[in-house]
Amino acid sequence: MTSAAKSPWLLHYNASSCNGCDIEILAALTPLYDVERFGIINTGNPAHADIFVVTGGVNEQNKEVLKNLYDQIPEPKVVMAVGICASSGGVFRDCYNVSGGVDTIIPVDVYVPGCSVRPEALIEGVVKAIGVLEEKRAKMEAEK
Amino acid sequence: MNVIMAILGAVIFLIAAPLLGGLLSGIDRIITARMQSRRGPPLLQPFYDIAKLWHKEKVFANPVEMIFTTAYLVLTAVSGAMFFGGLNLLLVVFCLALAHTFLILAAYAANAPYSHIGAERELIAIMVAEPILILLGVGFFMVTGTFLVSEIMGAGVPAICYLPGVFLALFAVLTLKLRKSPFDISTSHHAHQELVKGVTSSFAGKTLAKVELAHWYETILLLGMIFLFFAGHPVIGIIVVIVGYFLEILIDNIFPRVTWQMTVKSLWLVTLILGVVNIILLGIFGGILA
Ligand code: SF4
Repeated sequence: MTSAAKSPWLLHYNASSCNGCDIEILAALTPLYDVERFGIINTGNPAHADIFVVTGGVNEQNKEVLKNLYDQIPEPKVVMAVGICASSGGVFRDCYNVSGGVDTIIPVDVYVPGCSVRPEALIEGVVKAIGVLEEKRAKMEAEK
Repeated sequence: MNVIMAILGAVIFLIAAPLLGGLLSGIDRIITARMQSRRGPPLLQPFYDIAKLWHKEKVFANPVEMIFTTAYLVLTAVSGAMFFGGLNLLLVVFCLALAHTFLILAAYAANAPYSHIGAERELIAIMVAEPILILLGVGFFMVTGTFLVSEIMGAGVPAICYLPGVFLALFAVLTLKLRKSPFDISTSHHAHQELVKGVTSSFAGKTLAKVELAHWYETILLLGMIFLFFAGHPVIGIIVVIVGYFLEILIDNIFPRVTWQMTVKSLWLVTLILGVVNIILLGIFGGILA
């Protein structure tokens, strides 16, 4: 396990989610579950982040913001689409102002479906994301 | 002989301080977690963080950040090396101030509002901390007749007997210097704080790692200053340093929402009442005792 896997810092962004998934994410970040045990920090700052956790189906208002945040995260980075809205647009897919999932705007590495997403699924998603993060880092090192 | 000792002290500091500082930071995070009924990260977490940051892609809001943060790291390390090499205390204090100036310049270099507010608050932090650091130099000079750390270490009576006020004022300022209490000052260490890490908000990867490393150097330097008050009594000195650091963590957890306005007011008041009065009394009742 490299240092990338031991210190994954998160950036959480709500791209027009109903807040259901966000509450589950925040709950998992509370002292009760203590994600700092795994070196996880909720940074709130794209420049410091490794894993980009996005909820919601993305609408016209925030797709630029989403793109901007993604561009500001330095490589290696992993994007997690949390909730069925973020994964595919969910029930809002056909709305006139909804893009229909995070992957319509930025590349997504891990999909965590559910409405709202269950904490167990969320944690499994993060574990998957850490795996992808390691892969990407190894690739970056190899390219050097 | 003295030159050899000085070089030895400096070299040991340069090598050991990051290790010690990182460990201390790890212990700090675990104790903080325990105080909040959490388990906390592994002891070596700060090292994992730095190693990870070191391998991140190089991105800059402005490329001069790289030069400025390197200057910050180098100057902090140099001021610590001068201190542990037994050189002039005033020089150490000024070198440290210069180091922070470079950090502020780095934050101003990024064209981002959070970074700028962070830089402003960092300036405020310097404004609050600098007077007491200078008083520290003055106090030691009045007691021992020298600014040289090596000679202060050799003084017969420990300085704490004459400078209890300055000591307490320095201890109070440590909450700020160790990036603890005011949650809205740029450098605050809380995971979620008002300015999203203010001064470091536009730094990424290696740049951020350098700032963190410089902070470890500074932590050890400041604890060294605390130790200096107990020159000649190393055991008591080390106990005070450990207890002092623990108290800082405790204070941080009891008062997690101190604002910078409160900090400026209270720390200036403390500096004035404890520090300045201590120096004045020392001036009246006895100067150089050496
Ligand atoms: S998946 Fe469900 S809970 Fe999550 S944002 Fe969409 S509607 Fe809300």
